Amino acid sequence: MDFSWMAWTLPTAAFFITIFLMLVGMGVWEYFSPGGNPRVGILRFETTRGDRLFVSLLGSAFIHLAWLGLIGPNLWWALALAVVYAIGVFRFV
Amino acid sequence: MEKTWNNKAWFMVLPVLVLVAFSAVIPLMTVVNYSVQDTFGGNQFFWAGAEWFEEMLHSDRFWAAMGRNLIFSAIILAIQIPLGIFIALNMPRKGWGVPVCLVLMALPLLIPWNVVGTIWQVFGRIDIGLLGYTLHALGFDYNYVNDPFDAWVTVIIMDVWHWTSLVVLLCYAGLVSIPDAFYQAAKIDGASRWAVFRYIQLPKMQRVLLIAVLLRFMDSFMIYTEPFVVTGGGPGNSTTFLSIDLVKMAVGQFDLGPAAAMSIIYFLIVLLLSWVFYTVMTNYDVEK
Amino acid sequence: MAGTREAVADKDKMMRDAATTTGAVHGGVVDEALARRMRRRGEESRFWWVVPTIYIIFLMLPIYWLINMSFKSNQEILGAFSLWPQNPTLRNYAVIFTDPSWYKGYINSIIYVVMNTVISISVALPAAYAFSRYRFLGDKHLFFWLLTNRMAPPAVFALPFFQLYSAFGLIDTHIAVALAHCLFNVPLAVWILEGFMSGVPKEIDETAYIDGYSFPRFFVKIFVPLIASGIGVAAFFCFMFSWVELLIARTLTTTDAKPIAAIMTRTVSASGMDWGVLAAAGVLTIIPGALVIWFVRNYIAKGFALGRV
Repeated sequence: MDFSWMAWTLPTAAFFITIFLMLVGMGVWEYFSPGGNPRVGILRFETTRGDRLFVSLLGSAFIHLAWLGLIGPNLWWALALAVVYAIGVFRFV
Repeated sequence: MEKTWNNKAWFMVLPVLVLVAFSAVIPLMTVVNYSVQDTFGGNQFFWAGAEWFEEMLHSDRFWAAMGRNLIFSAIILAIQIPLGIFIALNMPRKGWGVPVCLVLMALPLLIPWNVVGTIWQVFGRIDIGLLGYTLHALGFDYNYVNDPFDAWVTVIIMDVWHWTSLVVLLCYAGLVSIPDAFYQAAKIDGASRWAVFRYIQLPKMQRVLLIAVLLRFMDSFMIYTEPFVVTGGGPGNSTTFLSIDLVKMAVGQFDLGPAAAMSIIYFLIVLLLSWVFYTVMTNYDVEK
Repeated sequence: MAGTREAVADKDKMMRDAATTTGAVHGGVVDEALARRMRRRGEESRFWWVVPTIYIIFLMLPIYWLINMSFKSNQEILGAFSLWPQNPTLRNYAVIFTDPSWYKGYINSIIYVVMNTVISISVALPAAYAFSRYRFLGDKHLFFWLLTNRMAPPAVFALPFFQLYSAFGLIDTHIAVALAHCLFNVPLAVWILEGFMSGVPKEIDETAYIDGYSFPRFFVKIFVPLIASGIGVAAFFCFMFSWVELLIARTLTTTDAKPIAAIMTRTVSASGMDWGVLAAAGVLTIIPGALVIWFVRNYIAKGFALGRV
């Protein structure tokens, strides 16, 4: 079976492996501390840590797009901003 | 219902997981891979980084298609939701009228989407279509092939024709769940028609209405086949919505990189909307 | 009006009140104004059919026009304008029923739609049971991820689908289209079935286990009959969405499994558009949907009531 059409590159592979490891990590975390630490944050509804990870990832994607569209092609700054945002989400949402 | 914690339930979900992952995850990964590379065919790819995303975000064509799509969705919601509620309120509750109404109203939902397009393409033609011919005979200068405004009107009426029944059926399902006693009590109280609607029927329809609004928004946001068949995205680009533009780029021009970048932006927006939809729905159910 | 608001606020009380007051009405203890109002209401309901009729006429007109065209010859369609066929002909239908490349399209569509419905329902049943009865690691996120596939634009997937199914050598087979349509139909089926299953009390499961039923036997003998209407509704929606979808079906097929909806685009030939055959083919695509909806008409309102489409 030929999978060369998927056109894998190192950065995209690293990206998906990171996402995959995050999911595994969340699974392990959940296994040792079940319940997902639900709480009501600034969004005014109950979120678990899985929800917070999703909000962080989706938000980061939009931060990168906004950076690319409004500021410029240097995405390292966008990444830094996304990390700050993710920490904020895990802390306050 | 109280649910028991049981991780063995994963085995029951596994077939679904495998099946959907095969059709969803592999293509999505491929799209991500394409979006950062350039290709000239023959499985030869060159690294392009975020170039395509930048191009897309600065592309007038993309934003124009996005704008058209948002306006289209807004018009669709503004027409179909009130109309759907109005028709549902006037539907019979019992007797022979119920199955007749349900079956006839659901009929447009079961017609293949390109046949819907074909029906309206024919129906609107000024030489052989009932609508186009009648409008012309009445003196209107109607021609959806040349005139962008007429093309828009045709596409919108077609979508109203195609999908209003979904809103009607959803609202109707909400209405029939109201016990007769509610209406009798309102009648005794001397409540006006409006009061019955505002304080009994509308609250009962809230959940289904929420679903109707979100479904209609999502589906109109990714509309492809029907307008493509009727207008082909024209005249000019006037009815080129996001999906039409995307397919044009990917299949028509074989610009895999830009098309993939556009797919991802499009998908992220849909993902955000789905998340809002899901969160609103589950929190609504929890509150009830 | 204020009374109504309070009444809604206290549903139980109101139901009791309603029961007693209705008795009072029948007993004849009614003031004149109320009687008048009720008479007016009765008159109102005599015209209940006006709005649905207008709407149904609006829905039926374009379909009627298609049927009308399908019984005309091309000369008549392009010639004088007429509201019904002057010289009804069955030629257009004859063309479709005698040419294998036409009627095979219907067979192809039916094959992959049925395959898809069977696959979707059979994998969705255990999954929906799991979601309705158990909590497990990541269940809510899994459910959400499934739903996003119902919402995803097919256009995004069309291109990689072609390459994915080529890699497995499945292009132009019915199973390829059936599997691809599972992308949105399986989540839908899980969603609908989960709603119906949550309505079945858990005590039934427990009693069955105490009576010595094994899980598979309980599931097939007791549980599935209980949610039969739910399975019907889910199958209906799977059928519907697989039947109406064209973009993916067209991408994955070339000749052997081409759906009828894609074959219809063929009617543009050198001699111009064959409008009559196009109309006849369109009419024939409406019939299976109409038949299916007739069979599930009594359950469909319930399916919509769950709001899971």
